[in-house]
Amino acid sequence: MQKKQLRILCPNGHLGFAPTKEGSFWIGAETKPDYYCCDSGSDDIGPGPLGSDTSVSPYEWQKHDLELMLVAARKQGVPMMIGSSGDTGTNSRVDMYVQMIRDLAKKHHLAPFKLVTFYSEVDKAVLRRKMEEGIIIQGLDGRKSLTAGELEKTDRIVAMSGVHPFIKALEMEADVIIGGRSSDAAIFAAAAIYEGFPEAQSYYLGKVLECASFCAEPYMAKETVIGTITDQDVTVTAMHPEQRCTIASVVGHAMYERSNPFYEYFAGGTLDMTHCNYEQADEKTTRITGMIFVPTPGEITVKLEGAGKIGERFIGIVGIRDPYSIRNINKVIDWARSQVEERLPGKEYQLFYNIYGKNGVMGDLEPVKEIRSHELCLIVEGVAPTKEVAEEVTLIGSRQIFYARLPEVKGTAGTAAFVIDGVLPAPPAYEWTMNHIVPVDDPMEFFQIHVTTVG
Amino acid sequence: MKTKKLVELAKTIRSKNAGTDKVTFDIIFREKDIYELVKKGKALTREKISKLFAVPEERISDFVEFDPGNAIKFTLYRKRPSGSPGETDIFGCQQYPPLLDVEIPVPSPKQRVKPQPAAASRDPRRRRQRKSSQKTKGKNKT
Repeated sequence: MQKKQLRILCPNGHLGFAPTKEGSFWIGAETKPDYYCCDSGSDDIGPGPLGSDTSVSPYEWQKHDLELMLVAARKQGVPMMIGSSGDTGTNSRVDMYVQMIRDLAKKHHLAPFKLVTFYSEVDKAVLRRKMEEGIIIQGLDGRKSLTAGELEKTDRIVAMSGVHPFIKALEMEADVIIGGRSSDAAIFAAAAIYEGFPEAQSYYLGKVLECASFCAEPYMAKETVIGTITDQDVTVTAMHPEQRCTIASVVGHAMYERSNPFYEYFAGGTLDMTHCNYEQADEKTTRITGMIFVPTPGEITVKLEGAGKIGERFIGIVGIRDPYSIRNINKVIDWARSQVEERLPGKEYQLFYNIYGKNGVMGDLEPVKEIRSHELCLIVEGVAPTKEVAEEVTLIGSRQIFYARLPEVKGTAGTAAFVIDGVLPAPPAYEWTMNHIVPVDDPMEFFQIHVTTVG
Repeated sequence: MKTKKLVELAKTIRSKNAGTDKVTFDIIFREKDIYELVKKGKALTREKISKLFAVPEERISDFVEFDPGNAIKFTLYRKRPSGSPGETDIFGCQQYPPLLDVEIPVPSPKQRVKPQPAAASRDPRRRRQRKSSQKTKGKNKT
């Protein structure tokens, strides 16, 4: 029989990125929610982690956050669901979380439970075959359709799951779900849809819960919130004693990190929030009605994220104080660039200068054109296929600032100040090569499910 | 007419990545009447933003007046995806400061518009939606 209402606890907007605050978590856990759900990924962190298959969140923080949820969920005997494991949702991150769950189960002597996992990585060969069959992999956000060349430049691809693998896992009676890359909101929506609630309210529930306490005020991250769904509405309540979910905070969150606050796209349909109505239900709770879900006509599309390596990278740091050099900073940099080119003609490399004190933060978007600072800091970034060349590019590009040939310079003993006499190795440079969608016949096509018993 | 800087009128002015290829800007007002004033004053339009950031209008992917949130919101395409070599702001969160000094025409105190309630007005479509969401319920049962 369908529940009249369903309550889902969300402890953190990005599990492990900064540790979950325990106080509000346990306040929420004591109310015995029906599900514990959390997303652990983001594309905010740049293409490096996906490309190099690493996490940016420390291992111990990730384990800490999983431990809170696992212990509370198993004590109550309710499901725990994680999406986008380990920042990127690659297969290795899913495996890492599975091992953490096993270790934690042992540590807490948990009774045996069913663990369902799914992978989200997509083999390049699969996409290549689709493209050869004439299937268009369409670009998002102004990108053109994927070319064979862009596909080849990509090192790792994840597909973003919708609700489908999570619902499948719940149908298999999962106690704990550890998912690969997934839409943040889909984790929560899947639980509600599985329990029989309407899609519109279910997707909205996911949308409002995905960033945890970011939908509450005052601004405090990593605090727990609980969302409740019925057939008619969604309500969301802050668990921290000093936080409230207000109309303003919930509406404000609808805008966060998205270009349009009225629509949210999922594999299978669009959540339309244009006619949402917001009411203050009690001091800490806002009630939302009026959301609509419009299923996508025709075939379902799945979003793909891909990252490819550009090269090895070094960073140089250079200070400039001479007002004459500051006035002529472009000429100084042109000189350094010319010296790199003279030493490495025809070699493949990229060299960038961020000029702090001029436009180091905003680059071309900076409307302030004149330099108002009495000193500048140049961050010199050199990228090349090998470490040796990247280091040399960066070193020449930095050191030649010191030797810049300007006709009237007074400081003939050197025109740059160095913190260290050398350059720093930096993580390799990657690029988002894919932000695309691919049509599929089966929304489960890219998501392989595995079932095991733990304990 | 007198003017005031946006920084004096808005509660929140922020920028942040919207996916890997865009940066989105939010200007949120505490009071409905101030929001309406800024909206009507047309000091923030696609054209004005294109001028302020010196970008062609094609780089503005969205421009939205978000009444329920008392907010004006616009989004720019990035030149290169976030975190590419040469990146200056990987999260896109320090691109808003030029907005702080935008001059907004304000009427003298006598002419000030009366405050309106901040909550979104009730919409007759709500009734219809409830019906349609109930219709889909059976299908979703698993």
